[in-house]
Amino acid sequence: MSDVVMEAVDVHKRFGRLEVLKGISLDVSKGETVCIIGASGSGKTTFIRCINHLEKIDDGRITVNGHLIGYRQHHGKLVEDSEASIAKQRTQIGMVFQRFNLFPHKTALENVTEAPTRVLGTPRGEAKQEALRLLTRVGLADKCETYPGKLSGGQQQRVAIARALAMKPALMLFDEPTSALDPEVTGEVLDVMEELAHDGMTMIVVTHEMGFARKAADRVVMMDGGVIIEEGTPEHFFEAPEHDRTKQFLSKIL
Amino acid sequence: MLGAVDWHVIGQRIFHPDHVFFRAMYTTVYIAVIAQVMGVVLGLLAALMRTSKILPLRWLSGFYVLIFRGTPLLVQIFFVYYGANLMLGFTLIPNTLNLGLFTLDGAILAGILALGVNEGAYMREIIRAGIDSIDRGQMEAAKSLGMRYTLAMRRIILPQAARVIVPPLGNEFNNMLKTTSLVFTIGVYEMFSDAEIHYSQTFQPVEYFLAVAFWYLVLTGVWSLIQASIERRLSASERGDELSFRERLVAAWAPAGAFVRR
Repeated sequence: MSDVVMEAVDVHKRFGRLEVLKGISLDVSKGETVCIIGASGSGKTTFIRCINHLEKIDDGRITVNGHLIGYRQHHGKLVEDSEASIAKQRTQIGMVFQRFNLFPHKTALENVTEAPTRVLGTPRGEAKQEALRLLTRVGLADKCETYPGKLSGGQQQRVAIARALAMKPALMLFDEPTSALDPEVTGEVLDVMEELAHDGMTMIVVTHEMGFARKAADRVVMMDGGVIIEEGTPEHFFEAPEHDRTKQFLSKIL
Repeated sequence: MLGAVDWHVIGQRIFHPDHVFFRAMYTTVYIAVIAQVMGVVLGLLAALMRTSKILPLRWLSGFYVLIFRGTPLLVQIFFVYYGANLMLGFTLIPNTLNLGLFTLDGAILAGILALGVNEGAYMREIIRAGIDSIDRGQMEAAKSLGMRYTLAMRRIILPQAARVIVPPLGNEFNNMLKTTSLVFTIGVYEMFSDAEIHYSQTFQPVEYFLAVAFWYLVLTGVWSLIQASIERRLSASERGDELSFRERLVAAWAPAGAFVRR
């Protein structure tokens, strides 16, 4: 595959003296779905947050669609980009959070139309129509006028997916999208994500849901201690994981 | 002892106040309202400056609170009225200010400025607490959708913070209505001056100060009712009533509107 959407090269990240990312390199091609697995503290969430610059990186570089994220070249050195330019880059990158982070003072529909109208300047009517289409797609056409407080966790997360999709991103990031959900509703969120993956969306998913990885992922990446220790197809991980840490980890979650 | 009190005067001041008194009450109310609005605006600016990336702005915000919360309001009022023009070398506080439609007395202007700037220091803390009460994930979600800081603040953070800010803001305004009495010291004719002048002419302190206390109670009492109604309607949404924030705000201000609409 050629069309690289996201490229991370030797990404380092420190929180004070603690180095949480110790040189992550990863390419994700157009239409690919990559699952990142690993124990908590392995740095997977930090890494995905670096991709849309919610976390600054200390070394290395990340590009999305060929654009350097969060930084620009200045006399051969990388300096942090302006706020406006970072905001613009982020419109290309959708993000779904573990805790949904829907806007509680806005209806489901308003949550979805807010950014297209305010950031992209999409006419209200057009944005509303698109939001309706997206909410229908995630199975929530009847919840348009409902506030997040009245929605279940699974419904909130599906609204959050629709909200991110409304920006027509080139890349979707999912940060443990089902970890905060009751087991009986994780399915409805994973179904939406699976459909999205099959429709050709480029996705990076931090998850422990190996069932989802098997059905939807093109590639699985195992992180441990701030580095990628193993990479391969879902089948590889189910049938013949090589690394001891991977075997140990999988035996616990499967 | 009670026999020494002239109840007739108290009754007169309470039930038949003259138009000079109403004029004074009007002055009290508009000083309080303008100073409070100024306080909210300054407080918001200072609260935002406090989290700025630019270090001198953070310093300025801290210095502002340090000075205006740390020194007596009365000193600030005197300083603005008597000292500001001298210190600045130009006329910040004119004797009278011509605003086209009406003229504003210089003392009133100084009073409003001092009260408003002082209030801003307290409002900064209240607004900061409101902003801090909003989950960090809200700003992250807004940013991940491509919103810039100011847009995210305006559309996402502040509307939610308002619910936390409004109750203490109501208390501040209650305080403000009473604190305006301090501007009598620089010669503004407001409710307390009215009482003070009558007292100095008659030497009947109990009668005039009791009556003016009653009228302050009326002002704060009316405000308490408005405030309770605003808070009741704002908290209605927490019970899950499906009203948008704008609808809630409109509903919350409806009783105030009822006074105006007659």
